[in-house]
Amino acid sequence: MSKVHVTTSVNGDEVEFLADPRETLLDCLRDHVGLTGSKEGCGTGDCGACSVTLDGTLVCSCLVLGVEADGKRVETIEGMADGTVLHPLQRKFIEHAALQCGFCTPGILVAAKKLLETNPNPTEEEVRYWLAGNLCRCTGYDKIIRAVMDAAAELRQEAA
Amino acid sequence: MAKDEFKEFKLVGTRPDRPDGLDKVTGRARYGADISAPGMLWAAVLRSPHAHARIVKIDTSKAEALSGVKAVITRADFPTGLTGEDWNLQENTMAGERALYDGHAVAAVAATSKLRAEEAVRLIEVEYEVLPHVIDVDDAIKPDAPVIREGAADATVPEGMPPNVVRYMEFGRGDVEAGFAEADLVMEKTYKTEATHQGYIEPHACMGQLGADGKGEMWVCTQGQWFIRKMCTAVLGLETAQLRVTPSEIGGGFGGKTTIFMEPLSLALSKKAGGKPVKLVMSRSEVLRATGPTASASMDVKIGMKKDGTITGARAEFRMQGGAFPGSPVDMALYCAFAPYKLKNVEHVGYDVLANRPKCAAYRAPGSPMGAFAVESLLDEMCRELDVDPLDMRLKNAVREGDTASYGPKYGSIGLVETLEATKAHPNLSIPLGPNQGRGIAAGYWFNHNGETSVSMAISEDGTAQVSVGTPDIGGSRASIALMTAETLGIPYEDVRVNVVETGALGVNEPTHGSRATFASGKAAVIAAGHAITEMCKRAANEWGIDPEAVEWVDGAAQPAGDNAGKFPPMSIAEIAGKMGSTGGPISGHHESVPEGVGASFGCHVVDVEVDPETGRTTILRYLVVQDAGRAIHPAYVEGQYQGGAAQGIGWALNEAYIYGDDGRLQNTVFLDYRVPVASDLPMIDTVIVEVPNPGHPYGVRGVGETGITPPLPAIANAIQEATGARLCELPMSPPKVLAAIKAKGG
Repeated sequence: MSKVHVTTSVNGDEVEFLADPRETLLDCLRDHVGLTGSKEGCGTGDCGACSVTLDGTLVCSCLVLGVEADGKRVETIEGMADGTVLHPLQRKFIEHAALQCGFCTPGILVAAKKLLETNPNPTEEEVRYWLAGNLCRCTGYDKIIRAVMDAAAELRQEAA
Repeated sequence: MAKDEFKEFKLVGTRPDRPDGLDKVTGRARYGADISAPGMLWAAVLRSPHAHARIVKIDTSKAEALSGVKAVITRADFPTGLTGEDWNLQENTMAGERALYDGHAVAAVAATSKLRAEEAVRLIEVEYEVLPHVIDVDDAIKPDAPVIREGAADATVPEGMPPNVVRYMEFGRGDVEAGFAEADLVMEKTYKTEATHQGYIEPHACMGQLGADGKGEMWVCTQGQWFIRKMCTAVLGLETAQLRVTPSEIGGGFGGKTTIFMEPLSLALSKKAGGKPVKLVMSRSEVLRATGPTASASMDVKIGMKKDGTITGARAEFRMQGGAFPGSPVDMALYCAFAPYKLKNVEHVGYDVLANRPKCAAYRAPGSPMGAFAVESLLDEMCRELDVDPLDMRLKNAVREGDTASYGPKYGSIGLVETLEATKAHPNLSIPLGPNQGRGIAAGYWFNHNGETSVSMAISEDGTAQVSVGTPDIGGSRASIALMTAETLGIPYEDVRVNVVETGALGVNEPTHGSRATFASGKAAVIAAGHAITEMCKRAANEWGIDPEAVEWVDGAAQPAGDNAGKFPPMSIAEIAGKMGSTGGPISGHHESVPEGVGASFGCHVVDVEVDPETGRTTILRYLVVQDAGRAIHPAYVEGQYQGGAAQGIGWALNEAYIYGDDGRLQNTVFLDYRVPVASDLPMIDTVIVEVPNPGHPYGVRGVGETGITPPLPAIANAIQEATGARLCELPMSPPKVLAAIKAKGG
């Protein structure tokens, strides 16, 4: 199948790649753009390890075709820190030991960032339901929820 | 070290940031599928759609003719003549004469792109002769069941057993019948658990390269790079030392990544493709269909109890299928089933049975959760019948140091009583319950494995230290090993870098399994650091012109041991390291052994549930894990093990199961249908770390990783009975089953 030229913005940088029309955005990010931070845990949109935002919308990049990213803005885990300064969510995940194997962590961080942009003061239940599409098999979610709540509190304090 | 010799530590017991944290929150950490190499090919695997079928013919010509296809392999590309477990591994890697389960690999392709490889796989034509199959363990053990493999039984199986029984065991002590005669109440029940998958979020992935000279390299997500090396080379008939295996970061394992599945395929494809590296990444459905789920079990338990709760006799007969190969953990299930209890009369019988399912792999405390489901459920029912408090009953019968375990050996220092007492004292137990709510309690046990362990550490020129370990870091073991090494050397935690190294860098290491990494690699690192300290004291002594025996190591520096030794200011590790080139050369320490002194870990869980009487849905309201850690080196990651184990056990109890159709095909091959607990299914999971130090470890460590998955299965069943009056003896306790049980008792 002949490839399609795709021009997109990834974490603020203009990026071009050739995509087979059958390839997912996740495949394109990992294999053509060289950003392997987004993970494939299922390929069916059930685990959330591939979470990115596309024009600001939280998506499973395994359910989006690479060609669909043409002319759009993609944000991935690799763009989350501001240079050497971690996003408060990233910092709180380390502080709270909210990761064990770390494989689901990029997707959870991307999803949690979108949550806090949408709802800066979520309840525990709201965090749990927002992250219900991000599977973690190691932690039982306890420390993840605490890290997200703590980051939310810190971000609110910064904003105040 | 005796218990009372434990002193306060500077670093052990603190909660610093893990050394690999930054890589893992920024997406930089490299897992199995995250690496590529020049000239790399992609592989795809053709799998059997049948549960049991003779492979009549495989035609690969169309696949081979496709542009970009560089190699196609079938079983014909593997060496012949293997025996025992090597043959099992080879047969599981690639089907021979018959496909033995839905998802069994039949052929594999390497091509210039992933899509091209997948296209080529679809062009391979296989002619199958479908054979009768068997899935359920109770069906598989019938005398007239379809035979999975003639001659698979080992010497333990007596004459005349059904054909799919491949291992048989019986052991015990005392006289169980006399024990039952002594009892005021004897109860006997049958329990069943379905197979579940470890469910690590990272699918298996590797990149293998093998030349015609028999030299190879592999990058792979695994719990044990030496196991990968040993198994791949056995399956492919290679010399072990010629394969160099580098472990990637690992996205969860839980036992499922202690063996091989598709790794030899990448090497065989690479060799056939002229030595080009071949990347092979499983899809989720391949993971569920063809990698190690745990066994399914059918279990009879009979227990006798006196009115005061004393257990007088106990008998367990467990039947487990672990797929189309020997190796279900029925032995471990029996060892653990009665392990918390002091028993005079106990009898165990076990059957390892073949069925047309994937070859089971270890899953967190393999076997123990099933046995606990049966035994702890029955004990709970007996406590209700006799009106005995379930915690008091467990305390009354609890094993203590010096007692003989139900499975034979004498216990060393253990912390079951302390664990049960801490449970009893926890505020969760006095929270009042509402209608349709129930509280369940259960205990659990797992061993602590030692295993071959080799660790090297070296002092750098600036006095910082590097430690090379062979146990991949799945849940924070770099942090715990760095803490223990820094504590021993008397230097800051940040001054120690722990590297998980490839097979070329150390002697043989067993995987991170058996709750052993912090125990075994940790103990070896502490001993290795001790060797470096001895050498550094010697260097200082030489400079001071005194006897090395007269130098002691305090707070990261050598100093004369008392005034008689001489008067010299302390010489710091940085000072000694800075001039090591002129004082005798590199300073390092090494230790290798099968470390003695393992410390087993008991746990007790308390769960509060609410069951919706209209739908049968169970909600976990509250969850408490109490477990003996010996000594928690990094308490946050110990809590993490407790919470993660509990969550997996909750999934097993309520949702997770392998669902097969009548055709023997697995029906739930994606996460939507194989539903593991999500964040909104669970509450916060409370933890209490009990610390009864293990005298066999320099810092008192016990293995903590596995016990936590064991009690949830029975604890939840016990809570559901309290909430509904209905007793569930089969897993999963999904809403339809709970509803049916409520209706059956007329509720």
